[in-house]
Amino acid sequence: MQIPRLPLGEGIEFIIDFLVDHCAFATKALSAFLEHGLDLLEDGMLAIPPIVFIIIVALLAWRLSRKKSIGLFALLGLLLILNIGLWKATVSTIALVLIATLIAIAIGVPLGIGAAMSKHLHKIIMPTLDVMQTMPAFVYLIPAIPFFGLGKIAAIFSTVIFAMPPAIRLTCLGIKQVPPELVECAEAFGSTRSQRLFKLELPLAMPTIMAGVNQTVMLALSMVVIASMIGAKGLGGEVWKAIQRLQMGNGFEAGIGIVIVAMILDRVLQKVGAKKRS
Amino acid sequence: MSKIKVENLYKIFGTVPRKAMKMLQAGATKDEIMEKTKHGVGVNNASFSVEEGEIVVVMGLSGSGKSTLVRCINRLIQPTSGNVWIDGQNIMQLDRNELRDLRLNKLGMVFQNFALFPHRTVVQNTEYGLEISGMDAAVRREKAMEALSLVGLEGWEESYPSQLSGGMQQRVGLARALALDPDILLMDEAFSALDPLIRRDMQDELINLQEKMQKTILFISHDLDEALKIGDRIVLMKDGAIVQIGTPEDILTNPADEYVARFVETADITQVLTAETVMKKSEAVANLKTDGPRAALRKMKTNAISCLITLNTAHQVVGVVTAEDCRDLVAKGERDLNTILVKDPVTVLPDTPAAELIQLIYDLPYPLAVVDENNKLKGVIVRGRLLAALAERGNIDADS
Repeated sequence: MQIPRLPLGEGIEFIIDFLVDHCAFATKALSAFLEHGLDLLEDGMLAIPPIVFIIIVALLAWRLSRKKSIGLFALLGLLLILNIGLWKATVSTIALVLIATLIAIAIGVPLGIGAAMSKHLHKIIMPTLDVMQTMPAFVYLIPAIPFFGLGKIAAIFSTVIFAMPPAIRLTCLGIKQVPPELVECAEAFGSTRSQRLFKLELPLAMPTIMAGVNQTVMLALSMVVIASMIGAKGLGGEVWKAIQRLQMGNGFEAGIGIVIVAMILDRVLQKVGAKKRS
Repeated sequence: MSKIKVENLYKIFGTVPRKAMKMLQAGATKDEIMEKTKHGVGVNNASFSVEEGEIVVVMGLSGSGKSTLVRCINRLIQPTSGNVWIDGQNIMQLDRNELRDLRLNKLGMVFQNFALFPHRTVVQNTEYGLEISGMDAAVRREKAMEALSLVGLEGWEESYPSQLSGGMQQRVGLARALALDPDILLMDEAFSALDPLIRRDMQDELINLQEKMQKTILFISHDLDEALKIGDRIVLMKDGAIVQIGTPEDILTNPADEYVARFVETADITQVLTAETVMKKSEAVANLKTDGPRAALRKMKTNAISCLITLNTAHQVVGVVTAEDCRDLVAKGERDLNTILVKDPVTVLPDTPAAELIQLIYDLPYPLAVVDENNKLKGVIVRGRLLAALAERGNIDADS
């Protein structure tokens, strides 16, 4: 006897179709709103003369990391990007990564706190995160389109899902790693749950949370290439174009651009996290 | 009314404590219960009380349940059954908010490993309790600074705990508890993590502070010498149960059972025995006004001693006469003891510890007089007697 094929894919499709039919009007509206915001941000960043922008970023990198070498690297790296004509794409990528990261953090950190505080929530969130992290990133692109339409917002949506897990995991881990004797002490002095969270646990978890934020930014950057398939432009779009036309040089140029942006963000964020630790 | 009263307190660790509880009450031991039910016995039927202004030391080896017991008092650990009263209020019946108020207002706690918040400065640590009670920033800073000066940490307020030595960190821990001005201090092995010299300093300091503050202190310790030094009373625990409650001397001289006896064997007896315990209460004395040299000699002869402590009519110690001098006086045909009196003899107060007595008596040619504040004679210590007392760990008949 043959066991009939289970209609797993059909089931998922049905659910998503149902959601699209009933929710897409809302997500589309949100999409339009976000798109507007993203455009404003991009236009604003492009309105600044590139040289001024580069100098500001380099100075910021230097001040935040307290290391001249990182400031210098930011300056030279961004000048190189400007020189090879990828400035507009880079700004677009930075804007997209910024928004996606902000959303991922705004959702991820509270979820991480919740998972640390409630066993039940922990049991639900952790397996969900496993799925989110192992599912090939391309798969998120498919439902993103009917909900948000082709373009940047669908890209942000899939980027957020892809980049959020480390923020949740490390926030949860950071809170759970607070030494039990300190928690006991906070309790012995009569702290409320929120006093314990804000005065003890979050400050102590901050370095770990920052490490999670760092990971989120890196994942968001790596997602921009994939997301370019559904119309996110920027550096990822350049790479995608190069792949389709087999232009090795252009591909590498855009790739190096992504690496430069990633390295600046990573070094600066690492230093910000480490500073809190000492 | 007792400040803290603990009554039939039990704590069983595990998911279904009821069965373990039954076994325990039927007389099963901690190990048997662990083997059969996989439940741990934390506290087994503990009852004791702490009076206002008293320091009670709960002592026992690690695993004896002393830390669990103290955590049951502020309900950091929820007791399985039994009652705890603080100022007549049964804290087992408090809801979460009332419990929080109680912890905030009445119960200060000091921890073994200090438990200072590493991200806060010394003064921010000290004011933590005041901060969560919602006190105005300026007022609480002032109170925190007062507490810090009480423990001798002025000038360190902007440092972080990691920049301080262990002893100083625990001073911060103490200041943090004191800043709230609680009636009761729970000190869980507060000095155990410090090295011996610092520990002794901290013990002295606690005793000094206590003279000023008159708090009710429940102190947990595994160090008998520490317990003997700071405790007004000692509660000795074994396997979660209380085996003996008593003053340091009670515990040393009348151990309730083999376990306590073995425990106290290692105690530094010279810190506990006092002049009062080892002195002879009725010793022959010479009376300056009524006794002549012959009378004095006769008293020495009957008691087989070679000198007499001499008193005036008010029973105050005025000096010592020796047999040799008395004989000279008889030979000269005189009878006034004043002429041969060795004036200003060494005297000690009744609470002088034996350790000091040993040094005093070492090269003293005559017995040591124990006197009260008015210089009236309370008793006499001779060298042989002191050594005998130390050898017998205080267990000598007071009038032998």
